[in-house]
Amino acid sequence: MSPKRRTTPIRVLIAKPGLDGHDRGAKVVARALRDAGMEVIYAGLRQTPEEIVRAAVEEDVDLVGLSILSGAHMALFPRVLSLLKKESHPGIKVFAGGIIPDEDARRLKRMGVRAIFGPGASLEEIVRTAEKLARGPT
Amino acid sequence: MTRPAPLPPAARAIVRGDARALARAISAVENGDPAADPILRAIYPRTGKAPVIGLTGPLGVGKSSLVSALVGHLRAGGRSVGVVAVDPSSPFSGGSVLGDRIRLERAPGDTRVFFRSMASRGAVGGVAEATRETARLLDAAGFDVVLVETVGSGQVDLAIREIASTRVVVLVPHLGDEVQTLKAGLFEIADVFCVNKSDLPGAESALKDLSELVSLGGGRDGWRPPIVATSTVTPSGIDRLWAAIEAHQKFLDSSGARASGERLRLKQEIVGRVRDELAAELAGRLEQDPELRGLLDRVVDRTLDPRSAADRLLASLRDR
Repeated sequence: MSPKRRTTPIRVLIAKPGLDGHDRGAKVVARALRDAGMEVIYAGLRQTPEEIVRAAVEEDVDLVGLSILSGAHMALFPRVLSLLKKESHPGIKVFAGGIIPDEDARRLKRMGVRAIFGPGASLEEIVRTAEKLARGPT
Repeated sequence: MTRPAPLPPAARAIVRGDARALARAISAVENGDPAADPILRAIYPRTGKAPVIGLTGPLGVGKSSLVSALVGHLRAGGRSVGVVAVDPSSPFSGGSVLGDRIRLERAPGDTRVFFRSMASRGAVGGVAEATRETARLLDAAGFDVVLVETVGSGQVDLAIREIASTRVVVLVPHLGDEVQTLKAGLFEIADVFCVNKSDLPGAESALKDLSELVSLGGGRDGWRPPIVATSTVTPSGIDRLWAAIEAHQKFLDSSGARASGERLRLKQEIVGRVRDELAAELAGRLEQDPELRGLLDRVVDRTLDPRSAADRLLASLRDR
């Protein structure tokens, strides 16, 4: 490949904030995004909001995907959002997946989470949304 | 030596330790973005200070865990560390899952570690095209040590030798008999051998095979690669591993091998860049230049052979 024909893949950080110990869903999503041509930085389990935001900065990602099952999303997501606003460039967008009640999902979206996927979401839908978010306006 | 010219703002931010500016510059290098050029040119005079240490070895030997352990060891000693960890891109989708970060443990708020995951993006040899210049950016940003972790390498994935001044080849017990250690490739580039997972059975015979290999001679410039047993489960040997790396760094200075090695690596870098540019230029001419376009057709028709066509293409370069 010639040096002038490089592409710019979408970079996504996938992380699990908080204490739940189950990351199968996050791994399935990571793999689907990989198969859609994205570079997925898999940060894994038990990440603090500070660690997630530092990783997002260092890895210069377009998207941060948060996966959570523990119910602590209303404590952890707003912290990630506010730290991201402070520490990173404004283009980074956050989406989320896991067990999040509709009421909370509405509030989180108002706070700036761009998309939230529940247990029934298809991988196609997640990939399509991630592409749209990454390529779309800030 | 002349004083370095004033830095462009992005380069100044990097030198000041701005993690965002550093991260964005690395992306620019990875993406072939022309915005990287002035930064790389500006920071170059400020590089060459941090030792660049490469860790390579087959898939699953524990390179990421060792990197994390070395980061911990260096931080405990008060030194800052920049890490580039390379994982493969899919040849099918172009995507990748970069999972080396998962092993990283650092104190909350510790900004004296910078960790960047990097996809190989089609490059062969165990690192990405952008890895060398990323190591340079980390050096310019003031990190005391730069660690480069290659993809899980095969026997001939040796591109790390063009980047790192000390190459650690990481192995584990039961990778094969002693004949494996005689084969060309991976074993030839080691400045330090590390037998990781040394808590597992078979570690002793792996250590013995390696010490026989080393006793047969090898190494460069009179350096005999030390062999260190490590484990990251119940961390052991990490201090000895770092001591072996430092001993090699000292040897590079005392023997004069640092200067000659650096000179060779920079020569390869310059020639490599020219080769890449020329290849792109020539490929373009072969498709677009009205006089040369016919060459490819004739090779396809078997009325001209590829070597003669290559000669003609090269000659077109000289005529200019």
